[in-house]
Amino acid sequence: MSDGLVHLLQLLVSGVVTGGIYALVAMGFVVVYKATRVINFATGEFMMLGAFFGWSAMSALHAPFAVALLVAVAAAALLGMATERLVLRPLLGQRTISVIMVTIGLAAIFKGLAQIVWSGDYRTFPAIFPRAPLELGPLIIPSRQFYPFLVAVGAILLVGLAFRFTRTGVAMRATADDQMAAFGMGIDIRRIFSLSWSLAAMTAAVAGIVVGIIGGISPQLGAIGLRTFPVVILGGLDSIGGALAGGVIIGVLENLAGGYIDPLLDGTSVKEVVPFVVLVITLMVRPYGLFGTREVERL
Amino acid sequence: MLIGNYQESYASDEAIFRTPATRVWMGLALLAAVLFPFVAGDYLLYLANLMGVLALSALGLNILIGFTGQISLGHAAFMGVGAYATAILASRLGVPFWLSIPAGGALACGAGMVVGVPSLRIKGLYLAIATLAAQVIFEWIFTNWTSVTGGIRGLNVAPASLAGWRIDTDARAYFLIMTVAVAHYLFATNLRRTRWGRAFVAVRDRDVAAEIVGVNLFRTKILAFMVSSYFAGIAGGLWVYFTKVVTPENFPLSLSIQCLAIVIVGGLGSIKGTIYGTVFMTLVPELLKATTGLARQVWPTAQSYLFPLQDVVFGLLIVVFLIFEPHGLAEVWNRMKRFFSLWPFEK
Repeated sequence: MSDGLVHLLQLLVSGVVTGGIYALVAMGFVVVYKATRVINFATGEFMMLGAFFGWSAMSALHAPFAVALLVAVAAAALLGMATERLVLRPLLGQRTISVIMVTIGLAAIFKGLAQIVWSGDYRTFPAIFPRAPLELGPLIIPSRQFYPFLVAVGAILLVGLAFRFTRTGVAMRATADDQMAAFGMGIDIRRIFSLSWSLAAMTAAVAGIVVGIIGGISPQLGAIGLRTFPVVILGGLDSIGGALAGGVIIGVLENLAGGYIDPLLDGTSVKEVVPFVVLVITLMVRPYGLFGTREVERL
Repeated sequence: MLIGNYQESYASDEAIFRTPATRVWMGLALLAAVLFPFVAGDYLLYLANLMGVLALSALGLNILIGFTGQISLGHAAFMGVGAYATAILASRLGVPFWLSIPAGGALACGAGMVVGVPSLRIKGLYLAIATLAAQVIFEWIFTNWTSVTGGIRGLNVAPASLAGWRIDTDARAYFLIMTVAVAHYLFATNLRRTRWGRAFVAVRDRDVAAEIVGVNLFRTKILAFMVSSYFAGIAGGLWVYFTKVVTPENFPLSLSIQCLAIVIVGGLGSIKGTIYGTVFMTLVPELLKATTGLARQVWPTAQSYLFPLQDVVFGLLIVVFLIFEPHGLAEVWNRMKRFFSLWPFEK
């Protein structure tokens, strides 16, 4: 294979790895939006806290990785539930601006608390996975990208299957589809809201740990949460399949832009801004995204 | 106690300050504002200038969000546009400040128009995300369009001067900032009473109904975006002459969020609430700083918790106000006034 082709494939592979993480976060985001019509600006902070939970379990309690993952997910689930109950529920049905601002406020609180508890230092996870990189012919995938990616894909599959086959999953989909009808069929809507938030917190925690293993953790890790917006808008705010597709597309585009355009403009990083340009174009052309429900509304 | 307000002419009915008591208080406030720089120390002056700039910017945001109901997460970006335009005109072309600040406002106004266009098709959450994208993209342009913006090193600006009077101290900047801020405060107060201001409120309350009674939605929304970003641009321009330097870090997303917090805490749609909100949101971190400073004597590491603590308190204020006091400080103030004027008869 020529060097150019290898370079392209390498970019595609790291794009898919990034995209897998975006997809995982976006999935939790979409679940909350579908159930409660709330856009969660604290997604990145949920990731950051999840990563710190996992890191603390590993470094302070010396738990093995699988246990730490479970601890982090369980703690995140509780946090998600508490957030929904204490902060979001009083604002149910309020103006959009209130709901947006309250999640922004939450983000500030979480960030500050994390800094107080864990300090602002930069931490890394202890070595978890085999160090040897994965070699696919001429392609090399660093081990610290490959194994976390597997974790992300596993989590996506798990949530997807739970949605498809469990009783609660069906109830959640029913609620998203038609709240009144679901309520009439005896589904406890409040429980579903609470579950949606804990599910979102759980997926964010796994994503946070994955990002933490790849690039280390600090209270600033939450900044990556902003990247979910291009993903969910491109995929469609209320489509889980869209979140997956959007994640991979944005991840790949970002890496291609970083690989091909950045070297042409010295010192300029297009990589950060490309997802948001895609976001603007999507909103102009197709605001409901690739797979979202088309809401007909004349303005 | 005021139990009625008898008007004999249209002019007195339309006056902004309608009772003698209000006029006296306003006169006293103005006098206090003029005397302030002669008695206040450097740090207080710095804070006052900061509040003036922030209040002006937040006022614009309140026109957009509180009056018109359009959400913007990119307000800091418009401040940035105004600031850079002002700085470039002043430092490269030597344009005097009384021209470069309005020019910055005009350019920000144009940027607001462009960003406002999507509001034709999208609203609510989608609009919030669109303006978030605008924030990210503008910030990126400030950092990367090095030939114009000076990149991360930014631009330096010489102090403004008017007929040989150089505005090079904080006390002098105070007069510039306050004059502009008060003028815009009056403009915003009047704006609400005009045809356009009423159209803004109609769009906020029910867009379809507004359209039916003959409000052109698109024009109204665009105008709201333009006015709002014009205010931001002017605030940005003042910021330039206040700090004498402009860098991309001056206009991050967190500044947009701070403006939003001011609007929420002060009171959505309340002009005087915006002022209360600005003062409150600026003084609370100062209070925290003072407290941690005192706590350091008994607990030496207290200082290291200052910044995270400021984050926590900032977030808590937003959350608590939204849940328990959604109409903000303006409503708290009104309630207090009512309590004192009705006391002891209010139950």
